[in-house]
Amino acid sequence: MRLLACLLILATGAAQAEPDLRLRALAANCAGCHGTEGRAPRYSLVPGLAGMPAAHFIVQMKAFKSGARQGTVMPQLAKGFSEAQILALANYFAAHKGSAP
Amino acid sequence: MRRRELVLGAAALPLVARVASRARVVVVGGGYGGATAAKYLRLFSGGAIDVALVEPEAAFVSCPMSNLLLAGASGLADITRPYDALASRHGVQLVRDRASGVDAGKRRVMLERGEPLPYDKLVLAPGISMMWDEVEGLAAERAHVLQAWKAGPETVALRRQLEQMPEGGVFAIAIPEAPYRCPPGPYERACLVADWMRQAKPRAKVLILDANEDVTSKGALFKRVWAERYAGIIEYRPQNKLVAVDGNTLKFELADEVRADVLNVLPPMRAGEIAIAAGLANSNGRWCQVHFRNFESTAAPHIHVIGDSIQIANAIPKSGHMANAQAKVVAAAITAELSGQEIDPAPMLTNTCYSFTELQRAVHVASVHEYVAAESTFKPVAGAGGLSATPSEMEARYAFNWAKTIWDDVLA
Repeated sequence: MRLLACLLILATGAAQAEPDLRLRALAANCAGCHGTEGRAPRYSLVPGLAGMPAAHFIVQMKAFKSGARQGTVMPQLAKGFSEAQILALANYFAAHKGSAP
Repeated sequence: MRRRELVLGAAALPLVARVASRARVVVVGGGYGGATAAKYLRLFSGGAIDVALVEPEAAFVSCPMSNLLLAGASGLADITRPYDALASRHGVQLVRDRASGVDAGKRRVMLERGEPLPYDKLVLAPGISMMWDEVEGLAAERAHVLQAWKAGPETVALRRQLEQMPEGGVFAIAIPEAPYRCPPGPYERACLVADWMRQAKPRAKVLILDANEDVTSKGALFKRVWAERYAGIIEYRPQNKLVAVDGNTLKFELADEVRADVLNVLPPMRAGEIAIAAGLANSNGRWCQVHFRNFESTAAPHIHVIGDSIQIANAIPKSGHMANAQAKVVAAAITAELSGQEIDPAPMLTNTCYSFTELQRAVHVASVHEYVAAESTFKPVAGAGGLSATPSEMEARYAFNWAKTIWDDVLA
C-alpha cells in the first residue's frame, strides 16, 4: 500500500502523502454543509471543521449523538456515525488546517 | 486483483505506466453530481487523473432554491453559478458540448459537435429526462404547459404565467408517481406560490394533483402547514394520476377532470437521455441499475452512473445533496481503481434537504446511509436521520446557507 502511495506521488509530483482516500471520502460527507475539506466559506453560519481540535470535535459529536446538545440537522446526522468514524474524522479535520477558499 | 499484480512487480508496469501517462476520466453532466465528481476526482487523485466535464450549458443553475423564483423572491442570477473555478482552480477540462452517445467497447463518448472523447472511466450524471408521451396531449401543449423542473428559463416563464393569472385564478400542479426528481419539491412549490398569492392574489387557489397515494416527503409537516397557514388556498388531492392535457384541462385516470388557469405538469421521469441512449436504463427502461459500492453500471463496465438517473436503493432520495454525496463515493472509487488501491468496502452517504413552507420559514429532512456489503446496497443507518419538528425562521437561514455552501463544494 505504501509502495502504491509512493508511485502515485511520483506520478503526480505531490509534495507529501495525502491522507487515506477512504478517510477523505468519509470526511467529504461533511463538505456539503461545512465546506470542501471542512473549510467553511467566510459567510457561513455553520462552523468550519478544518483545524478544529480533535477533542472539541469528539465532544460536540458525542453531545449531538446523546442529545445533550440540541440542534436541527446535526443531532440526526451524528447518530449515523460510529465512535471509530468520529475519532477518525476528528483527527482528519484537526490535521487539515486551512482558510476559506 | 490489480493491487496484487502491482505488489508482485512485473505485472504492475502497465498500470503504473498508465497512471504516469495520465489516466483519463470523462464526466457527463455539470449538475450537483457531475460537477462534484469532476472536482473531487482532481482532489482525491492529487491531480494525477485527467478529468473532462461535458456540459452544454454555460453555467450551473440550481434546482434547489428555484421555487423561490416562483414566489418572486429571487431571480435566475441568484441560483446560477459559473463553472470557471473547476478549470482554473482544479484543472478540470470543461467541454461545452452535448454528449450524444457512448461506445462502451472502444471507451469513447460521442459529442454533438466535437470529436469523440476517449476515457478510462466514464461518469454519467445526466439527471432526468421527461416522458412527455406518458401524458396524452402534453407534447403538443409544451409551449404553455410548463414543467419548470429543470431550473432555468422555464422557471422564469412559469413565474410570468403566475403574475398574469386572473385575480381569482387556479394554479394546478400535477405530480407523477414516485420515483421522480426531488420528492418534496412539488409540495414546497405549492407552499411558496400560495405564500405569494396570499398577498398578491388573495382569492387565487393552488390545487395539488398527486398521482401518489399520499404526500411522498415531509408529509406531516406539509399537511399541517396547508391546514393552518394555507387553509382555503391550497387543496391537496391524492391518487390523481394525470393521463391527458387538453388546453387548460387536466384529465385523470379515475378522478374528475380539472380546469385551471395556470397548469404546471411534472411528467413521469426517467434517466437522462445519454443514459437511455447508452442502453444503461436496465430498470424498467427508466432508471440505471448500479453496483452501489462504486456506482458502476450493471449494464456496462467502466461506466459509472450517479444522481437522479439511478435506480435508487432503499430510502435514497433523488436530491441534489444526494448526487453530491454519491459523486464523492464514485470519485474515491475511481481514484482507488486507477491507482491500484482497493475500493472502500464501506462507503457512506448523507443527505440534507431543506424545503421552504413560506418565504421566511423552512423545514428539513436528513439521513445517513451505509453500504451493507452482505446485501450489496445502501441502507439507512438505524436511529439516524429525521425531520424538523416544525417550520422555523432559523432553518430558512440555514437553507440559504446550505445552498451557498454546497454550490461552492460543487463548483469552487
